[in-house]
Amino acid sequence: MTNDTLSPPAPQAPTRRAFLKGAGTVGALVLTIGFEWAGTTRRAAAIAAAAGGAPFAPNAFLRIGADDSITVIAKHLEMGQGAYTGIATIVAEELDADWTRVRVESAPADAKRYANFAFGMQGTGGSSAMANSWPQLHDAGAKARAMLLAAAARDWHVPVAELTVEKGIVRHAASKRQANFGALVRTAATLPVPEQVTLKDPKTWSLIGHRPARVDVPSKVDGSAQFTLDVVQPGMLVALVRRPPLFGATLRSFDATAAAAIPGVVKVLQVPAGVAVVAKGFWAAKQGRDALVVEWDDTHAEKRSSAQLMAEYRRLAEQPATSARHDGDAVQAIRNAAHKVSASYEFPYLAHAPMEPLDAVVKLTASSCEIWAGDQFQTVDQANAARTAGLDPQQVSIHTLYAGGSFGRRANPGSDYIVEAVSIAKAFGADGTPIKLQWTREDDIHGGLYRPMYFHKLEAGLSDKGELTGWRHVIVGQSIMADTFMAPMMIKNGIDPTSVEGAATIAYAIPNISVELSTVKNGVPVLWWRVVGSSHTSFAVEAFIDEVAHAAGADAFAFRRKLLEHEPRMKAVLELAAEKAGWSSSPMPPMGKGRGRGIAVAEAFKTRVAQVAEVSVDDSGHIRVERVVCAVDCGTPINPDIITAQMEGGIGFGLGAVMYGSITLKDGHVEQDNFNSYRVLRINEMPRVEVYIVPSSEPPTGVGEPGVAPLGPAVANAIFAATGKRIHVLPFPTSGAA
Amino acid sequence: MSTSFVLNGKPTTLDADPTMPLLWALREVAGLTGTKFGCGMALCGACTVHLDGQAVRSCVMPLSAVAGRQVTTIEGLQSAPAKAVQAAWIALQVPQCGYCQSGQVMSATALLEKNTAPSDADIDSAMSGNICRCGTYPRIRAAIHAASQSIKA
Repeated sequence: MTNDTLSPPAPQAPTRRAFLKGAGTVGALVLTIGFEWAGTTRRAAAIAAAAGGAPFAPNAFLRIGADDSITVIAKHLEMGQGAYTGIATIVAEELDADWTRVRVESAPADAKRYANFAFGMQGTGGSSAMANSWPQLHDAGAKARAMLLAAAARDWHVPVAELTVEKGIVRHAASKRQANFGALVRTAATLPVPEQVTLKDPKTWSLIGHRPARVDVPSKVDGSAQFTLDVVQPGMLVALVRRPPLFGATLRSFDATAAAAIPGVVKVLQVPAGVAVVAKGFWAAKQGRDALVVEWDDTHAEKRSSAQLMAEYRRLAEQPATSARHDGDAVQAIRNAAHKVSASYEFPYLAHAPMEPLDAVVKLTASSCEIWAGDQFQTVDQANAARTAGLDPQQVSIHTLYAGGSFGRRANPGSDYIVEAVSIAKAFGADGTPIKLQWTREDDIHGGLYRPMYFHKLEAGLSDKGELTGWRHVIVGQSIMADTFMAPMMIKNGIDPTSVEGAATIAYAIPNISVELSTVKNGVPVLWWRVVGSSHTSFAVEAFIDEVAHAAGADAFAFRRKLLEHEPRMKAVLELAAEKAGWSSSPMPPMGKGRGRGIAVAEAFKTRVAQVAEVSVDDSGHIRVERVVCAVDCGTPINPDIITAQMEGGIGFGLGAVMYGSITLKDGHVEQDNFNSYRVLRINEMPRVEVYIVPSSEPPTGVGEPGVAPLGPAVANAIFAATGKRIHVLPFPTSGAA
Repeated sequence: MSTSFVLNGKPTTLDADPTMPLLWALREVAGLTGTKFGCGMALCGACTVHLDGQAVRSCVMPLSAVAGRQVTTIEGLQSAPAKAVQAAWIALQVPQCGYCQSGQVMSATALLEKNTAPSDADIDSAMSGNICRCGTYPRIRAAIHAASQSIKA
């Protein structure tokens, strides 16, 4: 084990086992602040044996070895957002640990110990990792520290009050004694867990608010980080699946003769998802899949084109819809307004396209199911895997590895790729053969669970003094939550909050507001996508408020600021971004031909972000975003460098989406295949980014998603400033916008 | 069928279908998993390795094409520019999800081995074949400049 061997188990050597082996070899003692030992595994028993006494387990997040190793157990997935480092930072801060000794390991699937308080089940999403870990991990670290101090006091027969701790060393100045944490674990493990502990004074923090290095970076620079793609198990086979070309089509028949003749192909199996080719490696499986002859039954398939669906959405926007917010009388206010403004915005389906195509390894027997995956929804996946395998959830264990990106894709209520992998292992015979399901990029782009397509229609009324008196916002699109097990919890009064968040929650002070939702159903599978509802609502609101400000003859920044007087945190990020971008509150002179500046502000998952984008547009209409200035208020900044990185990354992700992102259907067939037809941002298109973090002592909120929200409208508003043309259909036209 | 070549400085013979893409031969036959699969069509750069010092996309290169040649993967990086790139990647905390980063490091190293002082345009040209969905591009650019400085220093 090395310091950067984190949660992902090395091939054939899961971390815990490696840990045990080490523990056995050196006779290590372990203080486990952490495990509920009742009903635990052999491994736990072995740790207990190694420790030479009954282990002790007040909570589930920390283990300290006699070798001074600090292992923080992460209930959240590390998919790039820095969760492992953030989690470890909180624990290590309260513990006063030596940061260089801290490792992170992923938690097993266990809703009782590792639920996300935001969901009530174990999973990562909604930029919630830091917010829901904050009190829990302060407590875990502080209690462990108190026990280590108590152990030193007992061992040395000195009062606890005379002890100090720094970087993993407990000292008693008067007697000049000191001990590393590891030397104290034997005694500490015998002590009671304190009921109450005093947390450190934030003024004394040396990790939180500082920039401890990411725990995962070294292994991600030398190629040793373990992703699901890298899992190797003895006798492991690789499976690829041929899926129907249309959503909702089913298998009619297949001829496996040619596929089975490919050297290395072991079995060709019918599974619920389609036809699986199981082979001795990826290449054989791929060739086998290419050789399959399959007939599909399209009877119940979605056969419409996305253009037809959008035409239907446009029509529905004129029909009565369900109210998501109703303040005053927006219709009347707009009817009576001196000036009326209206616009509509069209948003395409979007694929997540994480760099690591979906993959999972499953080892299934008659009584157990072991899963390796970049798992984002552990206890949901555990339940769905169990149901598929015909086992109890307790018989399903999950090793969560690093995920090569997700952007929401790996957390889905139906556990699509996990269920697929389990169903293949089941069809194979559930004989304990490890099988790695591998999606290709084409599988990913064709595979559905897209950010839904939406149509937004907005109307506003202005008084003769240019005051915004009425705002009506109609949204048409599919519900992410409908038809999932989450629907009863999430959908209230016919409103899926993920369809309207950022719109129904509009922060501007407007006396008359109506936000309405028309939820449609069709055969295209949809899912949350980075920043969820705000991926479209923020664009509609912030592009339209810009149009309204322009109609009022007001400066885009000043107009927004005036409507945010009652929202100090929103106003503060807006002002900070404007100030850093050199945006004065009076109308600015034009930046010059073909150049423009745009501003937008959004709140997503309780984090406030404002951005100013500067663009240039050449004579052929080619758009280049030159610079983005970003201000963010995410409460207490846990790691400013990770916050900065997430804003940078959110800007790059969001920019790729508004410039190029679009999944279109032609007679039900997805028209994109790979990164040539589903374009994403490349380095030569990345703007300069400056990030400013609002100092705060409020509880921390997330940063993985919110940076995406204002980017699209800030850029669109800048394009308007440069060209006089508004963007009403996404993605941006590739040329000729100006 | 077997193919012989020099892999990370060691003479190596892999017994595999010669039409198998080098990527899968490296990963599944040679057991070197640092090189990643992202697109299978030379569109994303996650599979970048060095072939006789040039950055190439191993996902579309048949194993037979490397017979008798030198292949270097992320596991075999030894050169001073490579070490400078990796050190800069750590100093600037470049990776997020990390999945594309082997390819990024390989492309950046190939660039700096030929051009120790690349301009932004040189970086765009050398690195635009490597996609990062997390958007680590600003740090990649800064890290290449930092590595360039450290090589010259």
